[in-house]
Amino acid sequence: MEALFAILIGLFFAAAIYLMLSKHTVRILLGIVLLGNGVNLLLFTTGRLTREVPPIIPNGMDALAAGAANPLPQALILTAIVISFSFFAFLLVLTYRAYQELGTDNTDEMRLAEPRDEERPPLGY
Amino acid sequence: MAAPSTDISAALVLVSPHLADWLVVLPVALMIGFGAVLMMVRKSVRLHGTIAITGLALLVFLDAALLVRVSTYGPVTMVMGRWLPPFGIAFTADLFGSLMAFVSAIVALAAGVFALRDIDAGGRRYGFFPFLMLLMAGVSGAFLTGDIFNLYVWFEVLLISSFGLLILGSEPEQIDGALKYAVLNLIGTTLFLIAIGYLYAIFGTLNMADIAGKASRLRETAPLVTLTALFILAFAMKAAAFPVNFWLPASYHTPRITVSALFGGLLTKVGIYALIRVTVMLFPVEREELSLVVAISAALTMVIGALGALAQNDLRRLVGYVVIAGIGNMMAGVAIGTPAAVSGSILYALHSVVTMTALYLVAGEAARLGGAWSLSGLGGLYRRAPWFSAASLALFLAAAGLPPLSGLWPKVALLKASLDIGAWWLAAAILISAFIVTLALSRVFLLAYWRPRPEPAPELVIARDWRIAWPLGCLTALSILFGLFPETVLDLSQRAATGLAEPSAYIRSVFPGGAAP
Repeated sequence: MEALFAILIGLFFAAAIYLMLSKHTVRILLGIVLLGNGVNLLLFTTGRLTREVPPIIPNGMDALAAGAANPLPQALILTAIVISFSFFAFLLVLTYRAYQELGTDNTDEMRLAEPRDEERPPLGY
Repeated sequence: MAAPSTDISAALVLVSPHLADWLVVLPVALMIGFGAVLMMVRKSVRLHGTIAITGLALLVFLDAALLVRVSTYGPVTMVMGRWLPPFGIAFTADLFGSLMAFVSAIVALAAGVFALRDIDAGGRRYGFFPFLMLLMAGVSGAFLTGDIFNLYVWFEVLLISSFGLLILGSEPEQIDGALKYAVLNLIGTTLFLIAIGYLYAIFGTLNMADIAGKASRLRETAPLVTLTALFILAFAMKAAAFPVNFWLPASYHTPRITVSALFGGLLTKVGIYALIRVTVMLFPVEREELSLVVAISAALTMVIGALGALAQNDLRRLVGYVVIAGIGNMMAGVAIGTPAAVSGSILYALHSVVTMTALYLVAGEAARLGGAWSLSGLGGLYRRAPWFSAASLALFLAAAGLPPLSGLWPKVALLKASLDIGAWWLAAAILISAFIVTLALSRVFLLAYWRPRPEPAPELVIARDWRIAWPLGCLTALSILFGLFPETVLDLSQRAATGLAEPSAYIRSVFPGGAAP
């Protein structure tokens, strides 16, 4: 099961990196979403993928039964999902505003902050 | 329901914490509280300034008290919900963290006072001061936490508030800069999260003291070098080190100058802080393996940052490149890794927090007096404002690392450390970078201050303003004082570096009864 998940996570990362290398902001955003979900799956896999063994310590024991899934990574994922979702919402609005204001979604043409023909500093006094 | 018969003393802290221990969490709680209050009164813009300055002054006071406490009694720990570490999230302040928190609080106060003049009613209605409070919550939390996932959460807190500050005003230029900043920083923190996932899979714990204790046992079997490389990449991205630094010059010159000052002073230094914390304290052996890579990146960062500064016409972009050159110097200390070198890095970080913020404020004031951001448009500032020019010159010299100002001592420490291990090329890079930064900044003084105005403009009468004079004056005084009387800070940073190299006091503060099983 873990090996399968590892392959799946690898596919997520590959697709995310491919998309993020694009010049178009929408694709970059989709890449970021995929990357975030890939990371969530990765965190999920680190906590063992077993079913049917509840992570509850039975009476008289002070550790989980062997083979039970670790619940902590799931708490981490919960935090990460909330954070990455809110960031994605912010980025989505920002990209839309950038498209409205700059009239392009091509990062090569977004040169307003760093103009191509910027003046050089004066060379003489 | 019957009372539980199990003994809870194995899981919970039963004695209530010492009153002074609350100092560890108070800076963060205070900033979140003031942020919430400011959100509640966001319509009454007139109140914002007073409330925010009160909050920041209290923050400086609390951080000073924490620093005194930590430097006398050693690291202080407090756990959330009274769960014993490593189960509860621990806040652990050691000397390094509390020094950084203290200096950032001073800088935030100075920037807050400057903002009273710089941020107009529109910017305040947009929420400048609440964002500033939450940014400081994130920064203080990152410096004081003792849990690596919690560190990630504080990174995100400061990142989301920095987004809000960056697009304050919503000009097209800002949106362009913010898009690049947001995308690259989000990828950086995601890389950090990936590294945390692997770290948890290896160690089964997220508490830094616990990790530091367990690393030596797992070194033989676990792929810790790969893990450390992942952390270094993530933090280098946050700190704007060479191959991953391009988001900084693309965005730091676009927001209001107070925001640039805060970012230039604080955000990259949080990245450096995390880099030092993870590589020097948690994975020292792995850092040694990767030191050549870090050293090359450091050398390139310094030289490219300095060359970039030389090529700029816009003052704000020039200062942005000076920030990058400084990051290279701090990375050099991490690459060398001896306690002397790490103490040089810590010194440099403290100096850089103050000086870079002050340099951005100088750029803002120069533009207000001279009416332009570019070197080609500025001129005649010396005649106009001699005192301001003197402060600027002092800060330029400090940033370049010339005596008798604050930039000298960290550079000397780093040079000596790199010569001690025979890394002459790293020492050469530090000197070359300092030389080019000196050229770039002295040209600014020549063109913008000494040169007469390029085209005689109508002389505007610009009144002196305490909201500009005080922050700039205090930051300059700090830099001069540190340059002239370095003993206290030198001693503190050396003790901080020793505490990182030999974290037994840190571990003992988290696990008073010996390390966790």
